[in-house]
Amino acid sequence: MALRTSPEVGGMGHSIKRKEDPRFIRGKGTYVDDVQLPGMLYLDIARSPFAHAKITRIGTSKALAIPGVLAVITGQDLAKYNLHWMPTLMSDTQMVLPVEKVMYQAQEVAAVLATSRYAAADGVAAVEVEYEPLPVVVDPKKALEPGAPVLRTDKKDKKDNHIWHWEWGDRAATDRAFTQADVIVKQDIYIPRIHVASIETCGCVAHFDKVNDKLTVWMTTQAPHAIRTVFALVAGHVGLAEHKIRIISPDIGGGFGGKVPVYPGYVIAVAASVLTGKPVKWIEDRMENLQADSFARDYHITAELAGKKDGTLTALRIKTLADHGYADAAANPSKFPAGLFHICTGSYDLKAAHVEVDGVYTNKPPGGIAYRCSFRVTEAVHTIERMVDLMAHQLAMDPADFRLKNFIKPEQFPYKSALGWEYDSGNYAGALQKAMDRIGYTELKREQAEKRKRGELMGIGISSFTEIVGAGPSKHFDILGLKMFDSCEIRIHPTGKAIARFGTKSQGQGHETTYAQILAEELGIPAADIQIEEGDTDTAPYGLGTYASRSTPTAGAAAAMAARKVRDKGRKIAAHLLEASENDLVWEPGKFSVKGAPAKFKTIQEIAFAAYTNHPQGMEAGLEAVSYYDPPNLTYPFGSYVCVVDIDKGTGEVKVRRFVAVDDCGNIINPMIVEGQIHGGLTMGFAPALLEEISYDEIGNIRGGSFIDYLVPTAVETPKWETDKTCTPSPHHPLGAKGVGESATVGAPAAIVNAVVDALWHLGVRHIDIPITPPKVWKLLREKGITE
Amino acid sequence: MWVKLSINGEKHEADVEPRLLLVHLIRDVLRLTGTHIGCDTTHCGACTVLMDGRAVKSCTVFAVQARDKQIMTVEGLEQDSKLHPLQQGFMAEHGLQCGYCTPGMLMTSYAFLKKHPAPNEEDIRRAISGNLCRCTGYVNIVKAIQYAAATLRQGGS
Repeated sequence: MALRTSPEVGGMGHSIKRKEDPRFIRGKGTYVDDVQLPGMLYLDIARSPFAHAKITRIGTSKALAIPGVLAVITGQDLAKYNLHWMPTLMSDTQMVLPVEKVMYQAQEVAAVLATSRYAAADGVAAVEVEYEPLPVVVDPKKALEPGAPVLRTDKKDKKDNHIWHWEWGDRAATDRAFTQADVIVKQDIYIPRIHVASIETCGCVAHFDKVNDKLTVWMTTQAPHAIRTVFALVAGHVGLAEHKIRIISPDIGGGFGGKVPVYPGYVIAVAASVLTGKPVKWIEDRMENLQADSFARDYHITAELAGKKDGTLTALRIKTLADHGYADAAANPSKFPAGLFHICTGSYDLKAAHVEVDGVYTNKPPGGIAYRCSFRVTEAVHTIERMVDLMAHQLAMDPADFRLKNFIKPEQFPYKSALGWEYDSGNYAGALQKAMDRIGYTELKREQAEKRKRGELMGIGISSFTEIVGAGPSKHFDILGLKMFDSCEIRIHPTGKAIARFGTKSQGQGHETTYAQILAEELGIPAADIQIEEGDTDTAPYGLGTYASRSTPTAGAAAAMAARKVRDKGRKIAAHLLEASENDLVWEPGKFSVKGAPAKFKTIQEIAFAAYTNHPQGMEAGLEAVSYYDPPNLTYPFGSYVCVVDIDKGTGEVKVRRFVAVDDCGNIINPMIVEGQIHGGLTMGFAPALLEEISYDEIGNIRGGSFIDYLVPTAVETPKWETDKTCTPSPHHPLGAKGVGESATVGAPAAIVNAVVDALWHLGVRHIDIPITPPKVWKLLREKGITE
Repeated sequence: MWVKLSINGEKHEADVEPRLLLVHLIRDVLRLTGTHIGCDTTHCGACTVLMDGRAVKSCTVFAVQARDKQIMTVEGLEQDSKLHPLQQGFMAEHGLQCGYCTPGMLMTSYAFLKKHPAPNEEDIRRAISGNLCRCTGYVNIVKAIQYAAATLRQGGS
């Protein structure tokens, strides 16, 4: 995309430095735990050691005897206000605090309110809870067996642990394609439970001002407006009306999907503040964060892929068990219980596909949310990219050639997929070829062949993913009925500077910079002259928030549309000032000039001044606009990743030697920020591929519940990423942009797994579930008779 | 217990519980909120400060252990309205995104560059391996530290 503005204006395509950095590098950001109000109380939470148990007694007297402890709040207390249960975003219910039983280890049992952090923690240690353990259901397959203990005894008539069944696609056509197939590959793939583990945990400061009847909540949330509405709907009966609720999402220390849901701690803090009239702070610690906040993934997938002898793919069939823990607390668009999992045909021209997912209850924390991915897209991409690789190897075809043969071709866009999506644009072969050239694919193949002769284990893996982001068009996309548009409101001040507010909320993505660049592009006002604000529901226009790579596709588009409304009014003012016809004016970023007389022009700053000082008769004063953008379609970013791994036969360690990522997110707003997003996304793809997992033993004890055993990658393990790009603009987005925050997390794991399996294929290895840890590989190598 | 200490060159004193953690003294009592808490268990490094020039994780140091010590936090990096080369480097190289790990990264790097003025990439990666970042994939943090090292070697303050 050609630059249309100077670096001083800093429109699209300029790597301008971030506007948020000056405060962060000085330690002057304001995160939730930095908010300290006079008279503030502290909340801490006692949690269950059992995964499933009846509560027989909660003793509070010892806790209440501790100096500084003011109250112990239990489910019984909340039940008086009917606040002991709350709805999830998926129209299920979850406990705020339990009255009868706990459903997972680390579940909230009681909350202690105290005058200091330390007193609150002392109080938690002194709460006495007696339990009667109940049979625990950990494995979702066993949860569905006849005779399995029914977990949701709170739901009358519930006779099993099945939550919902969802299916999509043409079953008959798919079955037919499978009966006609020359070759079929079938694979069980488990994508384990993981956790976003943003470095800032979750928390809030709730302040109910009794004088003005107003609740203000500073909160780690990615979706402040939706939270306000949910609070009003859930707590309307205790007097919290929506105009009396203000949610402030201040600086957020990473979100990745984990800060979309409403967690019980928020609700208890709000209740405590309303009851006491004092500000109440609740900040979870890391172990609470990992053990109780919403998880991601946990999909047990069985996939089958059908094709012809010549390597033409024909059909895909998938069955999946989705382990949701004890409540479906996913953060999907309401009509899609399995999110956008039906993007699973990926980058390939498959004529038939059918996918089924069943949601299951188990004794685990409720979820599941995304882990830096747009609603189950990683699960989909991982499946198709593994299956395509499996088929290529099965047919003894080069995985790159195999992909090139089966890709959707550039001339097929807009492309209607077998599962009903309309892909907006793509050039998949272009991205793969670029990645192969960059990494030296042919040379690596030769090296691999030589090393294999010497018994060395080296693998090359490819992932050519297609993402689906920017939810979404109101026809299909809503959360609890709230349509998934997003918004921008812009005001131009008389001196030509501006303020713009949005319904989204950055958690590190750099919105203060990139939104200013979009407005600079559209208006020619320097990005430095535009202040961007988000996250305060009293001031920002309504929007659904930032997750699922939706900010650029929705709010970014709204910025362009609002700016164009400003420009339309600006044209009228310019015509008035220049005594010319509107139709005779030509726009270039920053000014209107008279056609054929370029010396006659008015700058946007002059126009802004006139909007307040010399506007045409009959026109309203001022220069502002608002846009609520309802995208006509989703956007489909894509890319191809090639990865080289070496495997240590002695330790089983997989070393990622090189990783080349070619991404295509359409037109780019700030190349520096986009590259940074890809670096981070790749690292959050690498992490679950090789390191991260939350698992449970047979009685529901969590493994991976602290940073001791939940292995977030450090700078030492993290590969040295090599990035490149192609550019295929979105035809329907006003800026041709697509969104990029999650592409790399979605695409990277399959490239790594494909590389590892490629290194071990000749030994008979067909698949390894992530995370591919050294013990897992070591054991496999020993089984295959390979030693150092 | 009575604790006197110096933070960023300023003398402070406070009456603290023996169990009070240094990070809570810095953040909650003295209200220097640039130092963050990410894990409480010494893994993430968001709380890293300097104690007598040594990088320590202030979530695992008692306030009373800092008695009579010189503490430096992220707020002490900027001198006379001039950013430290590390701060300049993190901005120039896009070494931060959400900003939450940044103060800890800056302090660890500060102590590291004092001892290793000309580090290679592997040295830098090892040096910051006690500081977790979830946003950047470390690529640009490494570049930011290299930027600062080069600036400092050229006599930048």
